Amino acid sequence: MRTDTIAAIASGMTSSGIGIIRVSGDEAVPAVERITKLPGGKKLSEVPANSVNYGYITDPEGSHEIIDEVMVLVMRAPKTYTREDTVEIDCHGGVVAMKKILDAVLSCGVRLAEPGEFTRRAFMNGRIDLSQAEAVADIINAKSELALNSGVKQLRGNVAAKIRELRNVILGAAAEIEAFLDDPEHYGDVDFAGKLKPAVTGYLSEIDRLIDTAGSGRFISQGIRTVICGKPNAGKSTLLNALLGEERAIVTDVPGTTRDTLEEYLSLGGIPLRITDTAGIRDTEDTVEKIGVDKAVKSVMNADLVLFVADGSAVLSEEDTKILELSSGRRTIILLNKSDLVQKTGPEDLARFSSAPVIEISAASGSGLDALTAKIREMFLGGMLSSDDEVVITNMRHKEALEHARESLKSVLESIDAGMPEDFFSIDLTEAYQELGYILGEAMDEDVIERIFSDFCMGK
Amino acid sequence: MDYYYEDYDVAVIGAGHAGCEAALACARLGLRTIIFTISIESIALMPCNPNIGGSSKGHLVREVDALGGEMGRNIDKTFIQSKMLNSSKGPAVHSLRAQADKSAYSREMRKTLENTDNLTLKQTEIIDIKVENGAVTGVVTATGGIYPCKAAVICTGTYLNARCLCGESITYTGPNGLKAADRLSQALMDKGIEMVRFKTGTPARMDGRSLDYSKMEKQYGDRRIVPFSFETDPESIQKEQVLCYLTYTNDETHRIIRENLDRSPIYAGVIEGTGPRYCPSIEDKVVKFADKERHQVFVEPEGLYTNEMYINGMSSSLPEDVQYRMYRTVPGLEHARIVRNAYAIEYDCIPATQLKSSLEFKKIKGLFSGGQFNGSSGYEEAAAQGLLAGINASMSVTGREPLILKRSDAYIGVLVDDLVTKDIREPYRMMTSRAEYRLLLRQDNADMRLTETGYRIGLISEERYQKFLLKKTQIEQETQRVTNVRIGASEKVQTFMSEHGSTPLRTGETLADLICRPELGYDVLAPLDPERQPLPAEVTEQVEINVKYRGYIDRQMRQVERFRKSENKLIPEDLDYADVYGLRIEARQKLAAIRPRSVGQASRIAGVTPADISILLIHLSASDREHAHTDEGGRSES
Repeated sequence: MRTDTIAAIASGMTSSGIGIIRVSGDEAVPAVERITKLPGGKKLSEVPANSVNYGYITDPEGSHEIIDEVMVLVMRAPKTYTREDTVEIDCHGGVVAMKKILDAVLSCGVRLAEPGEFTRRAFMNGRIDLSQAEAVADIINAKSELALNSGVKQLRGNVAAKIRELRNVILGAAAEIEAFLDDPEHYGDVDFAGKLKPAVTGYLSEIDRLIDTAGSGRFISQGIRTVICGKPNAGKSTLLNALLGEERAIVTDVPGTTRDTLEEYLSLGGIPLRITDTAGIRDTEDTVEKIGVDKAVKSVMNADLVLFVADGSAVLSEEDTKILELSSGRRTIILLNKSDLVQKTGPEDLARFSSAPVIEISAASGSGLDALTAKIREMFLGGMLSSDDEVVITNMRHKEALEHARESLKSVLESIDAGMPEDFFSIDLTEAYQELGYILGEAMDEDVIERIFSDFCMGK
Repeated sequence: MDYYYEDYDVAVIGAGHAGCEAALACARLGLRTIIFTISIESIALMPCNPNIGGSSKGHLVREVDALGGEMGRNIDKTFIQSKMLNSSKGPAVHSLRAQADKSAYSREMRKTLENTDNLTLKQTEIIDIKVENGAVTGVVTATGGIYPCKAAVICTGTYLNARCLCGESITYTGPNGLKAADRLSQALMDKGIEMVRFKTGTPARMDGRSLDYSKMEKQYGDRRIVPFSFETDPESIQKEQVLCYLTYTNDETHRIIRENLDRSPIYAGVIEGTGPRYCPSIEDKVVKFADKERHQVFVEPEGLYTNEMYINGMSSSLPEDVQYRMYRTVPGLEHARIVRNAYAIEYDCIPATQLKSSLEFKKIKGLFSGGQFNGSSGYEEAAAQGLLAGINASMSVTGREPLILKRSDAYIGVLVDDLVTKDIREPYRMMTSRAEYRLLLRQDNADMRLTETGYRIGLISEERYQKFLLKKTQIEQETQRVTNVRIGASEKVQTFMSEHGSTPLRTGETLADLICRPELGYDVLAPLDPERQPLPAEVTEQVEINVKYRGYIDRQMRQVERFRKSENKLIPEDLDYADVYGLRIEARQKLAAIRPRSVGQASRIAGVTPADISILLIHLSASDREHAHTDEGGRSES
């Protein structure tokens, strides 16, 4: 029975930043072939089944420019999950790239899969046998390989170093307790509770900082939630149009792939911005007036980044300062617009109300936009948000592990407060150590034992 | 010429701590059992330290006892000092340790062996194992005799190709100058068994009359002695205890050691075996922890029969003249006369990854092994494995399912799982940090965890089992009761609270809530609990622990639930890993070499990643379904 060919994003949006687009059906290989460029001009239809192919996905329209660097996995019926020809495109460009690739696939005569359609097809197409295992095994391998490659890249040197350092001190603390338990006559009584309480509190704030910056990891894979605000006529839509109008990618919404439908994606200097409340921002200059202060408050509160547009050619109004106050808790950049006109407000005026950085721009002429891009990059990839010892985590899985580690460390504090003996502390310390290890892809194995022997002279 | 003797069900090779447990278990299960030893005088010999138990080792002894083993009872009969270690810490790390009268320990064990039905003792060296069609058929003695048997348990300890080193002096003997077993090792290798070389060491024994104890700190035993065996009546073992002593090394000791390192066989490269990090020689301590100003030295009696003292903490393989100089720098040992020199011993043993979790060789049916032969160290580790190997040899002969203890069941489970799964590169010592579920695996509840199993196997008597059931019921009922009893905030109660430094009650609380308060406990609360019935201390102790640590215990129990899932997912013994599509080469090789019993065990093999485990799981469930599908003869499509 011939079926049409379907495609969907197979991995969750919150995954490690690696996206998998799965295409299944008779036309899967020819369709993907049209948008795939493999090294040496190889054709996708000629690669061996179950092979993972490194290559590029290109734009099917006009310029054929490269959308993303990918791994393409070709699996031939019936040895696939759906028992149909299946192509999986693993990309690591985050949501923006993922959606662009899906768009490209859909433009080649493939339709968007209904929810659960792959599983249904697998069932409908029948026999459950080893082939299913093989397909899944391939995916797992491809995924873990990719996760390994891109995960390492995502984990910038200072993140890894920070986590390693934290792991090291936690392991040291656990090993000390364990050494004393294993060789009690050798080592006298130590007030572990008193010693650990400040130490663990310190670890916790390190972890909190890492979790904080993990937020910026989401920015990379899902876009920075950005709100442009300012009083009417400050130049908000001119700014948006200027941003969109530059040679930067615009990604329109694909039904079924995002939860929020009214979002506009754009990539600014390689950083994806997710501009929310697009309709409001685009259709009217009067966001604050029209939607009301309440709505403005809400969108600002939910934003990762607030771009506050002030009119440099006008005197700073009460409305301006009110909006600025609203955004005081958020990461904010003040854009002093209309720098090409006679200035009545300068950066020093704004400095009285906000400590946010001020950039003079002219949304109309486009001047100052590069400085804005640079500032956003600095904020989200380093600099202000991440001071030298802070770090960026680009992986939600990492964040989860951090949260588990935090729970374990909190349990240590709870045990201390409950007056428990130290053998309880080391159990949770060890768990925190293990969780942090998941981020680095390091197992625990014999680490505690090794550490005991390296730090302590054990045994009689 | 070969000649045949009468046949046995099980032959146990070696009568150390592992061999004794193995042989007793088999004989008690009704199997015709023979135990071979190089010297009848060396049954259950303690050639190293004079202690049984200690941190986490005490747990092993308790578990051996709960399963029906002998070590706990034997030390209860022969200890001369006893101490519960870590008693100020949580109950999971309390650990019992006793000083043994070495000679009495050995003698009592021999008496037990000699008086056990179905058990024959034989002094001779075993030089080969007969294997036919991949299964054990007999053992061969040095004098050419063949003893046909259905299963054999190798418990050769440190005797295989042993050599002892004391500086430049090297002797090819087992511990304590006993004859080494120099032929079995090669015979095993000829059968495709891989051997490795480990080393360990022991300190000097000194004439007690030559020591000045006034320069040492006295080490006392506990006022109230707790027995190892759940069968021993605590009242029956309260007795006068001996003293141990503590002294320290110093700069001068360390200087002498450093200056003579070139004469140490280890540092001169003469020793090839790997030694344990847990019991390092004094040379190792001085080299590896150079910044430590002093090291502890415990001076412990070897028994009541002798004035020999064991110099615990200063094992060495330095030459005799250096030993004299080094030991005599230690306060109290200035005029020491050394009765027996310290020495290092090197021996053949196996990487235990060649064994199943039942301690049976994967390659040879009916061949089991336990103890130091498996790469462990310590009397208790040996006894635990010996017992398990003996039980499983019996199970094999009688066609019953092997006893597999999981990491969540017992320290024995952790010990065996580590040995058969991990790449062990030094003599393996049990440690409390190796047990991930240690809040559940306490020494105090070993009977609750394992008596049932021991009874099912047949090593626990009906009488003991009934006593256990009663205790279990009492614990359950009393735990339930204290959870239900509510204490009102009456004036009497509030006075009681303030007298015990506890915050007053705001509303009524359950007795369990109050037991949880660190400053209170089960016994303390008796005045507030008029309905309380008198219960044995071992019952109320369990109630208190169950209540006080409930949150932590519940959490580990949930972890165990998850753990059990992958432990219970068994891998077919004949699985061809080459058929598992998508496994990385490294994982394929490791899995094929170790052939783990379960998915859980597979996940603990170094070099096997979570992705490999997923692939393995998918393969297993797919082939399950494939089989089901084939069995059903095809399924119709709908």
